Amino acid sequence: MNIVIVGHVDHGKSTIIGRLLADTDSLPEGKLQAVKDNCARNAKPFEYAFLLDALQDEQDQGITIDAARVFFKSEKRHYIIIDAPGHIEFLKNMITGASRAESALLVIDAAEGVQENSRRHGYMLAMLGIHQVAVLVNKMDLVDYDQKTFEKIRDEYTQFLSGIGVTATTFLPVSGREGDNVASTSQKMSWFQSDHGRTVLEVLDGFEKEAAPVEKPFRLPVQGVYKFTANGDNRRIIAGTVEAGSLTVGDEVVFYPSGKKSRVKTFEQFNGTSPSVIQAGDAAGFTLEEQIYITRGEIAAKVGEVEPVVSGKLNVSLFWLAHKPLAVGREFSFKIGTIKVPARVEKILRTIDASSLDARQTKQQIERHDVAECEIHLKKAIAFDPTTVMAGTSRFVLVDDYEIRGGGIIREAVVDEQENVRKQVMRRNQAWVYSEIHPDERAERYNQKAALVLITGTEATGKKTLARALEKRLFKEGKFVYFMGIGNLLYGVDADIKEHGKDRTELRREHLRRMAEVSHLLLDAGAILIITARNLTGDDLALIRTGLNGIPTRVVWLGDATPDKDLEPHLSLAAFPDADSVVPEIKRMLQEAGVIFRV
Amino acid sequence: MDTLTQLEAKSVYILREAYANFKNLGMLWSIGKDSTVMLWLARQAFFGHVPFPLIHVDTAFKIPEMIEYRDKLALEWNLNMVVGQNVKALEEKQTYPDGAVDRIACCGALKSEALKNTLSGKWKRWRLNHATGKYDVDSNTEPYTGVIVGVRADEEGSRSKERYFSARDEYNAWDIGDQPPEFWNQFKTDFAPGSHVRIHPLLDWTELNIWEYIERENIPTVSLYYDQGKGERYRSLGCYPCTFPIQSGATNVRQIIKELQTGKLKNIAERSGRAQDKDGGGGLEKLRRDGYM
Repeated sequence: MNIVIVGHVDHGKSTIIGRLLADTDSLPEGKLQAVKDNCARNAKPFEYAFLLDALQDEQDQGITIDAARVFFKSEKRHYIIIDAPGHIEFLKNMITGASRAESALLVIDAAEGVQENSRRHGYMLAMLGIHQVAVLVNKMDLVDYDQKTFEKIRDEYTQFLSGIGVTATTFLPVSGREGDNVASTSQKMSWFQSDHGRTVLEVLDGFEKEAAPVEKPFRLPVQGVYKFTANGDNRRIIAGTVEAGSLTVGDEVVFYPSGKKSRVKTFEQFNGTSPSVIQAGDAAGFTLEEQIYITRGEIAAKVGEVEPVVSGKLNVSLFWLAHKPLAVGREFSFKIGTIKVPARVEKILRTIDASSLDARQTKQQIERHDVAECEIHLKKAIAFDPTTVMAGTSRFVLVDDYEIRGGGIIREAVVDEQENVRKQVMRRNQAWVYSEIHPDERAERYNQKAALVLITGTEATGKKTLARALEKRLFKEGKFVYFMGIGNLLYGVDADIKEHGKDRTELRREHLRRMAEVSHLLLDAGAILIITARNLTGDDLALIRTGLNGIPTRVVWLGDATPDKDLEPHLSLAAFPDADSVVPEIKRMLQEAGVIFRV
Repeated sequence: MDTLTQLEAKSVYILREAYANFKNLGMLWSIGKDSTVMLWLARQAFFGHVPFPLIHVDTAFKIPEMIEYRDKLALEWNLNMVVGQNVKALEEKQTYPDGAVDRIACCGALKSEALKNTLSGKWKRWRLNHATGKYDVDSNTEPYTGVIVGVRADEEGSRSKERYFSARDEYNAWDIGDQPPEFWNQFKTDFAPGSHVRIHPLLDWTELNIWEYIERENIPTVSLYYDQGKGERYRSLGCYPCTFPIQSGATNVRQIIKELQTGKLKNIAERSGRAQDKDGGGGLEKLRRDGYM
C-alpha cells in the first residue's frame, strides 16, 4: 500500500518515518550507525530524518526537498511510504508524492499547532482524491504529553476538514523524536484511547485497501492503436489501461468523443492465455469486429452504461504551481486521459486561498499555489466524466512551456452552441456502415492520407485561383484530390437550407455543418479535399472539425487582413499569390502533417 | 489484482505513454536483471513486439557472458540492437583497469560520456545486422529524445527521488532539486529542443519484485546471477574490475527469492558489490546528476 506523509515544514514528517524504520528494525545493517557517524564528523546533532533525506542538499539544509520513497514491511503487508516535503516552495513535489498514495498521514506539530500548510495539504489531499487521512499530532514531548493540547488541535483541525468534506480516520498523539506511539504504545500518554490504532504502525495496518472501481461504468482511455506488421502480425490492437468497470468479449463499445461503435472480437496478451474479461486496473489490448478508425485520446465506453460527457467548455477546480500566474485568455495545453488539446481560461469564477479557505474577490489571474474555480474553453471537445460520477476520468493537468504547471478536476460541462452538432455527428458515427477497407489501407493505396485544406481570407484575395492551381498540381503528381467549390453545395445539398434557420448565424452554422458532412464523405473515401470559404472564424473551424472525426485539417489564410484570433491559420500568404511559388509551401505544410510524403 | 500484476500494469502504461509521445525513443539495456525485465514488459505492452531500439553502452570491460547473452536474445527476439562505446578513452587507455584514472572518472568516461554521446548521435553507433549477426556502423545519427531506463527507487537515495518521466538538459544534467510535478498518470512528455526525457517504468519495483516476476514469467537471465559451485554469485552486474560477487549458494531463481524473503540479504545493500558507489562522498548521486543511469 502506498502512503504519503504530509504536513507543515518542520512538523517532523521525516523524523516519524525515520523512527518507524529504526524501531521496526527495517534499516539495512549499519545505516543507522553510518548516519550517526556522519553527523558526529560534521558536528551536527543526529536526527532520524537524516535516514530519509538522501540528497546532499537536503542534509545540508535539514529539510526535505523532494518526495522520497521508503520501502517498509509490517507483519500485515508491504508499504511504500512517500515522504513529502512540507516547505511551501516544494508544493509541487508534495503533490507529486501525494498523488501516488492511497492513504495519507498528516503531521501537525503539537507545540506550533495548525499552520498554513497543515490546511493547504489537507485541501490538496481532498483534491487529489485521497480519502483516508490519519492525523498525527507530533512532538507531544514538547508539550509534556498534555491531553488538552492534543484535543484542542484535534477539534480545530476536524472543523477545518469538515469544511472541505473530509473526515479524518483518526487523530493520534505521537513523538517522533522520542518514539512515543510510533512503533509501540507510549506509557506517557495512557490517557489516549482509540479503536483506530494506538501507534503509527497500527494506524497504517488499519488503512483499508481501496477496491478497484470494477462496478462502475466501463472506461478505457485509448493509449494507442497498434498494428505491428513484423513477422506477419495482422492484428490491429486497441491498447490502454482500464480506468473503471469491466468488458467481455462480444460486448459493444462506443468510443468518445467520436461516437464510433463496434464489438469486441478478442482480448490480446503477449505471454499466457488471452482473458475473456478485462476490468479496472488491467493494462489491456483488444481487437474489434469492424475496421473502424480509432485514434489515441478517445475513451472507450460500453453500450448500455452511463455515457461519458462530451464538451469543449468546462467548469473546473484547479490548482496552479508555476511562478508565472495563469491569466484569463492565455493559451496552454490541457491534458486529460491520453489526449492533449489547446485551451484557455475563459473566466475565473473564484479563487480560494487553500491555506485558509477564504474565497477572495474575483481576480483576473490565478497566482502560484492558488486554487481556483474557473471556466475553461478547449479547442476541441473531449470526453470526460464529472468528478462526482468518476474521479479518474475527471482529472486533468495543465501544461505550459514544456512543463506540467497545474492540475484539477472537471465539475461539469458548460452548455455550448456546438452541442447539437456534436450529438448529430455522434448519432451519425454510431449508425455508420463501416467498410471492410481500413483507412490505413486506402492511405497505402493512394500514397497519401485523407486531409482537408481550407483556403480562406477576405473577399477577393484569390482563394479560388489558388485552390484550382493546387488541385491541378497535386493531381498531376498522382494524388487523389478534389476541389469542392461552394457553388457546388449552395444549390445542391443547401437548396432547402432557408427552411431550417431563422437568423444568419444559425443559417451559417447549418451551412457549415452540411459542408462538413459532404467533406466527411469524400475524406472517408480517402481524398485530399480543397475548399475555399470567406472569412472563416475559429468557431467555424471548430464546427467543421467536429464533423470530420479528427481527420487532419489545414488552414491557409490569404491577404493582409488579420484573421479571427481563434482561427490560427497554418499558413498565411499574400493576396493573389503566385501559384508556382506558394504551392510548394502548401505541399511542405502537408508533408509536415504527414498527409503526403517526401519523395 | 496481485502486486506483480499491478506493477506490471503500471509499467506497461508508462511504456505505452512513452511510445506515443516520443518519436526518437530508445531503451537502455544493461543486460542485467532489471532492464531485462523491462524489455520483457515492453513485449507485454506491445504484444510481442519491441517497437524501438535497445541501446547498450559497452564499456569493453563487461563480463563476456553478458555480451553473448545480449546478442543471443537480440537475434531470437528480433530486437533492434544499438551499441555505443567510448572508443577514444579505451584506445588511449584512460581507464581504471589500465591504472590511469580512479573508479568514478572511469565510470564517467566509459558510461556517462559514452551514454551521452551515443544518445545524441555525436559518436559512432553500431547496429546489429540480423542477416549476418554482426554489428554495422549505424547510419542513423539522430538524437534520442526519449530514453527508457530501468532504475528502481529502492536501489539508492537519489533514485528514490526520481520521476517516472525525468528531464535531462542538453548537457545530460539532472536538476534534482527542481523537478517538475508528476501526478495522476500524467507525465512530462513535452521537452525543449536539445533536451531529452528519461523514462523509468521500474521505479516502484523492489529487487524482490524483479525476481518474483522473472520466476512468474520465466524470463531468461544471465547465469552470473547464480552460484556455479563456488558458493558465490553476482547480485548486481557491471564491469568485471569493479563488480564483486556475494557469498551465496543460490543456484536458481527460487533460491534467490528465498534468500531475499528470509532476510539473509536484508542487511546488505544490493549494490554493495559495486565499488564506484563508495568512492568519495555521494558517489552515485554525483554520477547521476551528470547523466549516469
